[in-house]
Amino acid sequence: MCLGVPGKVIELYEVNGMKMGKVDFGGAIKEACFEYLPEIEVGSYAIIHVGFGLSEVDEEEVEKTYELFREIESFSEKLPDPKK
Amino acid sequence: MKYLDEYRDKEKTELLIEQIEKKVTRPWSLMEICGGQTHSIMKSGLDQLLPPEINLIHGPGCPVCVTPLELIDKAISLASMPEIIFCSYGDMLRVPGSVGNLFSVRAAGGDVRIIYSPLDALRIAKNNPEKEVIFFGIGFETTAPANAMAVFQAKTQGVENFSILVSHVTVPPAIRAILESPEVNVDGFLAAGHVCAVMGYWEYEPIAKKYQTPIVVTGFEPVDLARGILNCIQLLEEGKIGVENAYPRYVQQQGNLEAQKLIKSVFEICDRKWRGIGNIPMSGYRLNEDYEKFDAERKFSGIQEIQTNESSVCISGEILQGIKKPDECSEFGSRCTPEFPIGATMVSDEGACAAYFRYGRMKLSRTNF
Ligand code: SF4
Repeated sequence: MCLGVPGKVIELYEVNGMKMGKVDFGGAIKEACFEYLPEIEVGSYAIIHVGFGLSEVDEEEVEKTYELFREIESFSEKLPDPKK
Repeated sequence: MKYLDEYRDKEKTELLIEQIEKKVTRPWSLMEICGGQTHSIMKSGLDQLLPPEINLIHGPGCPVCVTPLELIDKAISLASMPEIIFCSYGDMLRVPGSVGNLFSVRAAGGDVRIIYSPLDALRIAKNNPEKEVIFFGIGFETTAPANAMAVFQAKTQGVENFSILVSHVTVPPAIRAILESPEVNVDGFLAAGHVCAVMGYWEYEPIAKKYQTPIVVTGFEPVDLARGILNCIQLLEEGKIGVENAYPRYVQQQGNLEAQKLIKSVFEICDRKWRGIGNIPMSGYRLNEDYEKFDAERKFSGIQEIQTNESSVCISGEILQGIKKPDECSEFGSRCTPEFPIGATMVSDEGACAAYFRYGRMKLSRTNF
């Protein structure tokens, strides 16, 4: 119940003055409220939790994480494991 | 799916585990706060892949598990009333009360409905003006924005036959309670990423400092968890204290300010009783004065006092505090299974007992290992 799941915003509209939208969770489409992500646009990814968008993905941070992995990979290749 | 599959990648997880192996020089106990993280750890086998020096202790972050028995009994009484439509997240229906559960109310003819979002309950209220609709608003800071919006909308749209039975708890007071308990020994915490997506992590900084314990904001997929563990081990091995964010693609230090604003205008902080743990001061939310007519406990105050009856064999309180693990319970896997749960930690998808059972962490398999 508490698990937020990432999904892709595929449509945005208004219901009773609330920003609502359709979200694609890898094929399953559900409705969510986006009042807490006023800036979100169609095509963005966000964490959806009990029908509410809580956080939009930060693409820059995603890039930085990939960079981190590239560093770890090249680092692991260069250095022998001190415990072995 | 994008932003999901790459964080379930086995090779990336193994790469991080290699780094953890290189860093770790002595035993450390880390507590993952959230039950969703516990399940992901068990499902991916991370607990068995990590070096033996690292002991993962499972925390109290399972909302279904910590909802006090009194409130479950109250929910059962309310749901049994003929004029009421009782709406809840699916997990809550199987949680045992003193007598029966919400499923048994439904079997006996009560109108109990499983919903996905509190806005669904509001819609049901609008479509059934002759009925009273009650929503069981449980959860940590992650469900608070949704529940706050449902109540705010009920007030704005004048939906008077809608109320919520609130059982909201918050993470920081629970961390403090765990750190003050003489029975629990936690060296570092993996904070729940989605709670921090809402609230940020500024609240954790004074806690880390006061108790000299690192706290790392951590996500839910195996790669995210391994990264959180690596960060925490790095801090511990280097003797550094502080809060680090290992889930930056969704969490910022200040959190979601829009959500915090509505939470503040609808709820106020109160003491809350946690099932199996007891009262933790200032550890939850209740509706404030402006929204009291949407508070089911105040609206239906006639059902206030109920005699509760907790199982004497269930040790879920100790499990939720990290004092014991599920396979140390004498009932685990024998008299207590997800099909016939004795305690709430065997019911929920986020309960530690259910995670151990589902992914085969029996004592037997451990000694065979
Ligand atoms: S195994 Fe069952 S009885 Fe034992 S602690 Fe877990 S929920 Fe309670």
